[in-house]
Amino acid sequence: MDFFGIPPQALFGQLLLGLINGAFYAMLSLGLAVIFGMLNIINFTHGAQYMMGAFAAYFLLQYGGLGYWWSLLLAPIIVGASGVVIERLMLRYLYKLDHLYGLLLTFGLALIIQGLFQNEFGSSGLPYRIPPELTGGQNLGFMFLPNYRAWVVGVSLAVCLATWFLIERTKLGSYLRAATENPALVQAFGINVPRMITLTYGFGVGLAAFAGVLAAPIYQVSPLMGSNLIIIVFAVVVIGGMGSIMGAIVTGFGLGVIEGLTKVFYPQASSTVIFVIMAIVLLIKPAGLFGRAR
Amino acid sequence: MKLKTALTALALAGMIGTAHAQLSGGVLKIGVLNDQSGLYADVTGQGSVIAARMAVEDFKAEAKGIKVEIVFADHQNKPDVGSALVRQWIDRDGVDVIADVPTSSVALAVNEIVKEKNKVFLVSGAASAALTGNACTPNTVHWTYDNWALANGTGKAIVAAGGDTWYFLTADYAFGHDLEAQVAAVVKAANGRVVGAVRHPLSTPDFSSFLLQAQASKAKIIGLANAGGDTINSIKQAGEFGIAKGGQKLAGLLIFVTDIHALGLQTAQGLQFTESFYWDRNDASRDFAKRLAPQVKGNHPTMIHAGVYASVLHMLKAVEQIKTDDGAKVVAKMKEMPTDDPLFGKGVIREDGRKIHDMFLFEAKAPSESKGPWDYYKLVRTIPAAEAFRPLNEGGCSLIKK
Repeated sequence: MDFFGIPPQALFGQLLLGLINGAFYAMLSLGLAVIFGMLNIINFTHGAQYMMGAFAAYFLLQYGGLGYWWSLLLAPIIVGASGVVIERLMLRYLYKLDHLYGLLLTFGLALIIQGLFQNEFGSSGLPYRIPPELTGGQNLGFMFLPNYRAWVVGVSLAVCLATWFLIERTKLGSYLRAATENPALVQAFGINVPRMITLTYGFGVGLAAFAGVLAAPIYQVSPLMGSNLIIIVFAVVVIGGMGSIMGAIVTGFGLGVIEGLTKVFYPQASSTVIFVIMAIVLLIKPAGLFGRAR
Repeated sequence: MKLKTALTALALAGMIGTAHAQLSGGVLKIGVLNDQSGLYADVTGQGSVIAARMAVEDFKAEAKGIKVEIVFADHQNKPDVGSALVRQWIDRDGVDVIADVPTSSVALAVNEIVKEKNKVFLVSGAASAALTGNACTPNTVHWTYDNWALANGTGKAIVAAGGDTWYFLTADYAFGHDLEAQVAAVVKAANGRVVGAVRHPLSTPDFSSFLLQAQASKAKIIGLANAGGDTINSIKQAGEFGIAKGGQKLAGLLIFVTDIHALGLQTAQGLQFTESFYWDRNDASRDFAKRLAPQVKGNHPTMIHAGVYASVLHMLKAVEQIKTDDGAKVVAKMKEMPTDDPLFGKGVIREDGRKIHDMFLFEAKAPSESKGPWDYYKLVRTIPAAEAFRPLNEGGCSLIKK
């Protein structure tokens, strides 16, 4: 039995691959959503920070002798710390201004960071191996699933859900959400709001770096890896609804799958299909699928 | 004695004066146009700009009375950006020669403008064989390689080794389409079969979906009709999906030394591909690499860099001879003079603008065979100049009288 001339094996394979790509979209858009939701900053540096995560993994291995698992832990902390510095030195002056200023600042930073890395490392990228524990793969009958990709889907789902739980279901999360609504009042209760916001930005950036480490063995560790992805991820955030945590997760995985299907039916359109969907969603539901109109 | 010196000086000044007078703007301006920031920046990029500079230095242009200036720009692999830059260069900045221009879609657009404005176009980076075929012009020289030569070198060797069913992963623009067509023709001519192809957008990070389709096709050979970062990612991910274990083989149709460096020999070993230059082939090429590499963070020169060097050098010789920078005249002179340079040796430029030289079928070494960084290639076969490129009468170039 064929679906529109595509054998079911191929279709299942593509669905699974879409899910894997979706995992990256979900994790990156999640970080963006957290930052936008809490700080009201459209963080265009996100792609560069994802790239920095991958580079951090490369450096840790090359100069520190620390393998993949250490990188998974350390790279987000290192890159997150660099995010904290950016927040303290620059971003915090922009909270009261129009979104546009934050966007311009972070976009400029992204170009600078990317330019510096490209100047130093060129465009071909650097190799990074799959950790030995996760090499090889399973033959699922309809496709060959590399173990590493299965791991990526699993771990990113776990991270996404944990983040959602943290923000929507815990006391800390409720402070955060309250601080976005009315910082003065929350501060009056004795909670250090500026520090909380700084750490939130650091956390969002750390998520990007975590995705970067996950991506390093699949793609080349290359200065351009972030810029290839960031535009798509922004489309995902817009479709999901700016600032909506669950929206970012669901849309990330969903659009990955749709993109995967496009690669079977009409590969030439695979780089555009997400933007077509974005245009349609914006026309019908301007606040995004999961967003609330403000 | 004094008088004699003065007279000699005067005569010399006069000579230089005449050379100047013939060049528009008193200076020969070379514009190196390529990808400075994207997926082809390592195979072309700054390396090409430096190679052009080295050619000017080695030619000692200044001493010969030719004042040369080199400018460069980033066309971002977009034909509209490239066209606008070239028009601006020619109309406003007085650029006389456009060099390099990878990305066939951009090169084909530039090709038309250079002809219209009667300037010189020295192609090194672009691959489309149409540049010396139905799009040929009296102003263009295509130096380093082209898709026909790649197909003829790599395609033939693989079919001969038993790889007779093919599936293509093709970059979805002029270059990829042309390369796929050329290789398919070679495969069919050798009684092989093309079972399918998938077109991917330029600069794609994830190839898994396309690789899966290739895997499902059961073709013996998966031909990669793409380049630079796209080729690197396809090869890397093919390893991950166990393509080789399933009995299928990858054919990298356009591979550069920087790609092998980025992949590492562990992943790249055994790949066969066709090139016109390898830095470790003889003393002259090693010397070229030794001078160029430190200026581009240790990256060793690709054949495109070598082609920019050699084509600029030959163009300067022609300008010295005819003392003008009139585009069509310079190119005519370049075709008339046999070529001779340290990197490609002796050769000719054919009537249709095609530079003729040997091509080489290389294989990436196994990690155990490599003596260190950048020691990557072993020579499988030299394809003699006479059979390396498309025969003159088959290209459909309008400059050829039938």
